Amino acid sequence: MIKTDILIIGAGPVGMFAVFEAGLMKLKCHIIDALPMPGGQCAEIYPKKPIFDIPAYPEILAGDLIDNLSRQIAPFEPKYTLGERAQDIEKLNDGTFKVTTNKGTEHFASVVFIAGGLGSFEPRKPPIPNIANYEGKGVEYMVKDPEKFRNKKIIISGGGDSALDWTIYLSNIASEVSLVHRRNEFRGALDSVEKVSELSKAGIINLITEAEITEISGSKNLESVTIKDRKTKESKEKQCDYFIPLFGLSPKLGPIGNWGLEIEKNAIVVNNALDYQTNIPGIFAIGDINTYPGKLKLILCGFHEATIAVQYAYKIINPDKKYMMKYTTVNGVTGFNGEKKEAKKEVVKSI
Amino acid sequence: MSDIKITIKDREGVIHYLDAPTDMSMNIMELCKAYELPVEGTCGGMAMCASCQCYILSDNIELPEMGYDEEVMLDQAFFVEDNSRLGCQISLTKELDGLEIELAPVSDD
Repeated sequence: MIKTDILIIGAGPVGMFAVFEAGLMKLKCHIIDALPMPGGQCAEIYPKKPIFDIPAYPEILAGDLIDNLSRQIAPFEPKYTLGERAQDIEKLNDGTFKVTTNKGTEHFASVVFIAGGLGSFEPRKPPIPNIANYEGKGVEYMVKDPEKFRNKKIIISGGGDSALDWTIYLSNIASEVSLVHRRNEFRGALDSVEKVSELSKAGIINLITEAEITEISGSKNLESVTIKDRKTKESKEKQCDYFIPLFGLSPKLGPIGNWGLEIEKNAIVVNNALDYQTNIPGIFAIGDINTYPGKLKLILCGFHEATIAVQYAYKIINPDKKYMMKYTTVNGVTGFNGEKKEAKKEVVKSI
Repeated sequence: MSDIKITIKDREGVIHYLDAPTDMSMNIMELCKAYELPVEGTCGGMAMCASCQCYILSDNIELPEMGYDEEVMLDQAFFVEDNSRLGCQISLTKELDGLEIELAPVSDD
């Protein structure tokens, strides 16, 4: 059973920094993230892009910021549930929370911090009528188990790396692979583009460019798609067992939107005059996912919000204790394993 | 003052005639947000979400060339036409005076 003081939803920079501030107050943290590694957008979307407004860093790559944060919080031994999305929340009789992920993992915590950034990253779904009806019945937005496609007729659409890579991979497994792309050029690793071109010339895959899937049909399961040529405007139907649209990821607020929190323009309203708590006591929202008058979606503002929220979380977790904020320069940092980092002591010694 | 005029047709077909400053290093996405037009600008201007996709209606105005990031994003976006651009990649400069654009649809999945 996973039990912790503060359950943090979102392993981006703000959620990670909350672990540090909580650790200073001896509060334990557990982080849930839908992505398979910590870092959020910084790691998934723009690891190689520089950030220029982190105080005292004239320039730092987003990926390096995450590496540094990982090292900074390591003494406080954060635990992770990765690759799972926070799905349901339940306030228990004793005022604590139970959060369950889409894979059924249960987490128990006194306080919940939502540090979900833009939301969880989910596959971008093409605007094809009825596509939702065929999800799991022939429409797959990601390839989890390639064996599922053995000796099947599949259609992949998209023009990026994942469309190219899966086309190459599945060409050895499926009985027929067609790659449909809106343009006649692909943007991906040179090797992949060349390989797809070779497979097409050799007649191993069908490459259908300057075309789009406009309709899908089937009596229960997917049976065929309609491919429209963008130049001639002609449409033709093609039989298939699976349709795999690969158009990258886009952030969605997702199930958190149904947790009874006050939402404004896709963000969670918090009390910025005090503690960054939401309308549900014990649930805080920090970083890009929250909103209040004057909100700025900046990592540095999220760090501040995390720090303040932790102080109030402490009061909820330890209602009878008084706590005075301490300076790390004065007191050092003591990890949960007892290891202490501190300023060197001056010594007085007669010679 | 160094304002220019930009005309934006929203998704309901309403035309907005906007005064746009060229001295505040703003782009079309930010201009839309400043006037509270329904543009999310989810990624903050990194050419990574396409929520600011627009169609360029003027054919007499030269726009900044498309960069690699913008091309990659438009490859993955929906409702893309030959005149599609990402608003966040078009800085407001005096050369754009009189530009007319239309907001592209957004998918509501």
